Amino acid sequence: MSRVFVPLVFVALVLFASAPLVVANAPFEQTMGLVQKIFYYHVPSAMLMFVSAFVCGIASALYLFRRSAVADRVAVAAGELVVLFGLIVLVTGPLWARKAWGVWWEWDARLTSSLLLWMIFVAYLLVRRFGGPGSEKLAGAMALFGMANVPFVYVSVNYWRTLHPKTSVVMTLTPGMRGAFWFCVAAFVALYVLLLTVRKRLEDRRATVEQLYLATEE
Amino acid sequence: MKKTVLLLVVLTLLPGAVLGARQPAQPPATQEEFVPVGALPQSEQLPAAPLVIGAYAFVWVALMVYVWSLWRRMAKLERELADLQRRVQKQ
Repeated sequence: MSRVFVPLVFVALVLFASAPLVVANAPFEQTMGLVQKIFYYHVPSAMLMFVSAFVCGIASALYLFRRSAVADRVAVAAGELVVLFGLIVLVTGPLWARKAWGVWWEWDARLTSSLLLWMIFVAYLLVRRFGGPGSEKLAGAMALFGMANVPFVYVSVNYWRTLHPKTSVVMTLTPGMRGAFWFCVAAFVALYVLLLTVRKRLEDRRATVEQLYLATEE
Repeated sequence: MKKTVLLLVVLTLLPGAVLGARQPAQPPATQEEFVPVGALPQSEQLPAAPLVIGAYAFVWVALMVYVWSLWRRMAKLERELADLQRRVQKQ
């Protein structure tokens, strides 16, 4: 584990620290200009919010149907990261929108469904924290519901009229923008794997502490 | 009965009359020319730099706060674990 962990920390730090330089050298977008640079952190965060929702949902399914305690610990870690990356998306998006659209927020399909997805996972964490004994199962079901919501959030821009750019934007990036974008995606993925590993390790420690408490009570 | 009917008629018509009174008498003037963004007064232009810097700063601060919270929780658990292990060994 530690043999992978140390290089992972190094790679994540190098990639994430150099990402602003790569973004600064990327070409300016024709109509939006400088403010479009928020895209390079906003979109990778949204991608990882979706990925983390899937990780949490699949791990919760493994816990619910196979009683895997390890999967439950992965689910908690991933659920917390959905909230973290979702918060980044929900803060950086309005900062971009203020300049591009003239408003901080618009209750359109993409923005509203993203907010709902984030709130589902906030509720997931609250249930896990304050739900008491047995709340893992209820929270697991909520995670499945949250995961099922992800495809709808993703395709919402293609099916409803919305101010938000469509999903085709990423595939049509010019070479200069494409390189910077995928570099940022790589940096965020490395950081995500690192945070998920550390957060899961925290849950492993918590499980050990609970077992020791039971042992001392007996 | 007549009073009740009269009251209902008044209550039905009153909101419409109030809303009608609030409507502007004249529609807004039609736009007759396009103004280039560079010609706008400085006070009406929204600079992009504070928004971009704000977005990037928020990402860094959010991640730093999360890493700090992980480190703090891990340190607390490690202390608890060491304490418990000592108690189990004594037993």
